[in-house]
Amino acid sequence: MELLSHLMDGFAIAFQPFNLGMMALGCLLGLFIGAMPGLGSVNGVAILLPITFFVPPTAAIIFLAAIYYGSMYGGAISSIMLGIPGASTAVATTFDGRPMALQGKADYALVAAAVASFVGGTISIILFTLFAPPLADFALRFGPQETFALMVLAFATFVGLGGDDIPKTIFMILLGLVLSTVGLDVISGRPRLVFFDLQGFYKGISFIVLAIGIYGIGEMLWTLETSRGKVEIANHRFTYKRLMSALGDLKRAWGTMTFSSLLGYFVGVLPAAGATPAALMAYGLTKSFARDPEKFGKGDIRGVAAPEAANNAASTGSMLPMMTLGIPGSPTTAILLGGMVIWGLTPGPLLFIEQADFVWGLTASLYAANFVTVILNIALIPVFVWVLRMPFMILAPLIFVLCFVGGYAPDTRMFDPWLILLFGFVGYVMRKLDYPLAPLVLAIVLGPLAENSFRQTMIADLGDWTVFFTRPLSGIIMGLAILLFIAPFLKRFLSRGKTSTLET
Amino acid sequence: MRRAELTFAVILGAFSIYLMYMAQIPPLQIGWVPKKGPGSGAAPFWLSLGMLICAVWIFWRGWRGITPQGRSTEPFMDTYTFKVVSVTVGSIFAMLLATHFVGAYVAMLAFLMFYMGVFGKVPWPTTIWVSFAIPTGIFFLFESGMKILLPKGITEPLFIPLYKMFVY
Repeated sequence: MELLSHLMDGFAIAFQPFNLGMMALGCLLGLFIGAMPGLGSVNGVAILLPITFFVPPTAAIIFLAAIYYGSMYGGAISSIMLGIPGASTAVATTFDGRPMALQGKADYALVAAAVASFVGGTISIILFTLFAPPLADFALRFGPQETFALMVLAFATFVGLGGDDIPKTIFMILLGLVLSTVGLDVISGRPRLVFFDLQGFYKGISFIVLAIGIYGIGEMLWTLETSRGKVEIANHRFTYKRLMSALGDLKRAWGTMTFSSLLGYFVGVLPAAGATPAALMAYGLTKSFARDPEKFGKGDIRGVAAPEAANNAASTGSMLPMMTLGIPGSPTTAILLGGMVIWGLTPGPLLFIEQADFVWGLTASLYAANFVTVILNIALIPVFVWVLRMPFMILAPLIFVLCFVGGYAPDTRMFDPWLILLFGFVGYVMRKLDYPLAPLVLAIVLGPLAENSFRQTMIADLGDWTVFFTRPLSGIIMGLAILLFIAPFLKRFLSRGKTSTLET
Repeated sequence: MRRAELTFAVILGAFSIYLMYMAQIPPLQIGWVPKKGPGSGAAPFWLSLGMLICAVWIFWRGWRGITPQGRSTEPFMDTYTFKVVSVTVGSIFAMLLATHFVGAYVAMLAFLMFYMGVFGKVPWPTTIWVSFAIPTGIFFLFESGMKILLPKGITEPLFIPLYKMFVY
């Protein structure tokens, strides 16, 4: 009953005209951002975050969460119409969405994507509402030891589950942590790592500057290189009769959508996973369990429904650890988390007590955003298709200009746009050489919290580091983190063992 | 690509050593400070040491051809990519530099005109329309709506009438 009462309060906040307006605007922008090749939720949230510093935190998070949400819907549009995923989360949608479009069934695929996204979103928000309060209650027992252990666990998941090159992943985590120490040390007040004695470094490196650099400039450079300006839009027809027929065609995919939503939600909760692996896993498992797997990849509606339900569910799932534990479940939620810190909020369990309006306003807005986005998505499909015809050579400079202004706005100093350009170029080179960028963003966001909790523990326990292992809760978390760290090595060792057994 | 992988690992290793050097410059301390816990330089120093170890590891894996980049014989950048990246980075660099002198709006306008019209071969009517519309939209969103003033450089006097009309 208490849960329902909180949720009703949340709806009262979410339905305030200003918040409702921010949500609708966020959904609309998110749909466009998701639909644009090369732009995803992380780019959109990073570039538009500075705008939210001038509105109340609840409206700000509702706006950004709506962008996150909308972009999950929008990603399917370019996957289907252009054959280019709007974002990495929609890669799996291309496998069957594009063949459907080439068979003249683009509208069927788009409707399937929208409805599956709606189902995924709805199931995951219900799960979020049910799980978030008990997890937050549990997390209230955490001291600095547990907080530090949780940070280690978050980093370990990238090594154990991220699937990227291990030394490069660890390097990026460490680089993010070092960059987070630039500027004045909050404990001693001494300046650290002030490169070339430049005044700008005294204030530290903002995660926004890093995020806009690598996801704004760096990703655009990458897209300019890979797309080479050549995209071909699929023919489409869109009438009311065909819309109804497309909805009827979805009957076969209800089971797929439900299964993928549940899978996506739980994958999304894991810090290193997020929506992209969720969508790929949902596609792979749906195909494996299907009686007719040979139909996949040739335009099967279940191949569109599975990844779309999963990526939406994962986006909500990734908000669960962010809100309750202060650990982001994806790069986008890492940026949201950084935004919350700038808005003056402390992400974590206390948020549910001290900022109940914020938490429940956001939760209720997710329910509402789901309805708004599915309606906008289906209604505006012809508009998106028109926008997708915009040459990339117009879109790219607009994004560069937005990166410049968005980077300048928070602190109104030219130092930040220069850093953005530097991070953008280095980020592009790193991406080309297969250095994972998400751990870098996660580490710069979590760095200050990790260092402070570590130093608090060291001061309180007189330098006894074993306390991280002897306290029951932090011991369990640390044990899990170590397991995740060694998992890839263990896996490699076991597979080598198997190979040598087979050879003998 | 192989040469890029190895060279970049060396650059990252050198950067890690530089960070370690920066983190131990007095008064920063990298060890235990009695009653104060770990010194201010401890976190950056030891984390940078970890970065150095990873850079050596990355170099070794690249050298042995364990990573795809370490085995690749493809060029790091073909002619097209080099042109796109250098023109894009160069023109953004020029926009930022120009902002210090002629202000953000003139710099943005010039950047958009060059990037779309000259480099992107977008038709000139569209280029001109978009190049004026975007800075105008940014002015109303940031300066009029959010009261964030962008740098104007020597063009500041031109904006005074606009401030009176739309900002204050």
